[in-house]
Amino acid sequence: MKRSREKRNLRVIEIVGIVLGLLWISPFYLMIVNAFKSKRDIFEGVLGLPQSLRLENFVEAFVDLDFLKSLFNSVMITGLSILILILFSSMAGYALARNKSKISSVIFFVFVGAMLIPFQSVMIPLISLFGMVDMLHGGGLIFMYLGFGCSLSIFLYHGAMTGIPRTLDEAAIIDGASRFQLFWYIIFPLLKPISVTVGILNTIWIWNDYLLPSLVLSESSATIPLKMFYFFGQYTRQWELALAGLTIAVIPVIIGYFFAQKQIIDGVSEGAVK
Amino acid sequence: MYNRSLWFWLFITPVLLALGIVVAFPFLYGFIFSFTDWNGLRVTEFTGFENYRALFQESEFINALIFTIQFAVVTVLLLNAIGLGLALIVTRKIKSNHLLRTIFFMPNLIGGLILGFIWQFIFVSVFGDLGEMFHIEGMKGWLSTTRTGFWGLVILTAWQMAGYIMIIYIAYLENIPKDLIEAAKIDGATSLQRFKNVTFPLVAPAFTVSMFLTLSMTFKIYDQNLSLTDGGPANSTQMLAMDIVRTAFSDNEMAYAQAKAVIFFLIVAVIALTQVYYNKKREVEM
Repeated sequence: MKRSREKRNLRVIEIVGIVLGLLWISPFYLMIVNAFKSKRDIFEGVLGLPQSLRLENFVEAFVDLDFLKSLFNSVMITGLSILILILFSSMAGYALARNKSKISSVIFFVFVGAMLIPFQSVMIPLISLFGMVDMLHGGGLIFMYLGFGCSLSIFLYHGAMTGIPRTLDEAAIIDGASRFQLFWYIIFPLLKPISVTVGILNTIWIWNDYLLPSLVLSESSATIPLKMFYFFGQYTRQWELALAGLTIAVIPVIIGYFFAQKQIIDGVSEGAVK
Repeated sequence: MYNRSLWFWLFITPVLLALGIVVAFPFLYGFIFSFTDWNGLRVTEFTGFENYRALFQESEFINALIFTIQFAVVTVLLLNAIGLGLALIVTRKIKSNHLLRTIFFMPNLIGGLILGFIWQFIFVSVFGDLGEMFHIEGMKGWLSTTRTGFWGLVILTAWQMAGYIMIIYIAYLENIPKDLIEAAKIDGATSLQRFKNVTFPLVAPAFTVSMFLTLSMTFKIYDQNLSLTDGGPANSTQMLAMDIVRTAFSDNEMAYAQAKAVIFFLIVAVIALTQVYYNKKREVEM
């Protein structure tokens, strides 16, 4: 008797969940179906499926977005930023965790404290300073991402170091390894789970960042969000093209999510709760 | 001894340089220049608190401040209610729980700029069509008034970030010992009683964490604001971050914009430090 009530309750919860799930993905549904329509179809109704699949919208949006180039720019900027963030933050997290001196804890405190500073509070002098030394380009942007991303990354690596015993260091040093060898061959591989987390958290943010690239990059080196902004400005009265462009821009993210779903959700959970 | 700290400095130099050049130095540099008439290139005079006095008399800045606070309060409450609700659904033993987690979290991976554009279509065209179909006047002309623009931003942000807050609540919910719930069941507690007396007190810490997290996230919003309403109509839905960007890069009033940025920092820092204080206090109590 009680069991069947419990079962019925679960079924109700499941139905509520599914309805909410459908509601949650409905914006993507609306984006995709209308991206296949003609202007006239959209005018006649936005909810239904398209009369015929108009692939021209996608071809035109793909060309206008200069998609392969924007994708390449996004991959390069994000990829290189993540690479140096993982390398330098893990080194620093290791050094700060192992060195127990006062100066080391002060430096760690400064890194954590820097997380309080919102981007908009340093943006104006940052752009002006980098402009003076001619660093407003992709390379400069990657260096900026190192500066903005290192605090949280170091914090996560620092936390993970507590799980790695010091005796490992001592044994390696006795065996004649240099600090760098010790770090690179013994510590860094042990930090791999946290490197995945650091990589994921920073990718989500850097891949989607619009404001900083809009201030740093020229149109020829635009990343996907930046290009999307220019593109959308041109097509405010042509929803079918704008939506096809948005669909194209969303696809790489969905593909990434499909393959790394578990790691992404676990990584975000780890980064948020700490 | 010298050798022992040499490697330490070598290991931290790259990030120390990056943080110093990208965050620390610009922060101090900007702070000092907010007391001058800096135009981005040079300074001719020290003006004291002139910029700060002016910004509290500028109606556009005050509007942005009030709008941001209203937006943040409403969104934070909504986000936490929805986030907890979703977490309670997907932590039950239902078949679709993994699929649902995946779906609810998905909008977080896509940038606010792109999501704002998608929702612009929904609010303008889809809402317009629905309004026509069901003869609801209120559905037409969304984003063209301050009030609908406000709710548009709230809906977009709640939809985008609820999955993230859900993840935080899931982490706490899954940490609740199963036998506590079982014990309550055996004692005859209904599911509402179990939620009120067992689950809720145990996820209360998650409230503090995600309240402050969402408060600082919503305060700093820029992309969604830009792509959904672009601050319109007539700058009435412009939030603080956007006001700072416009003052600096459209109006070219660098020192004045930086004074706004300093105030912005103070607000965000107070929110974050309050959270640290609460967390410390709670740890002591536990």
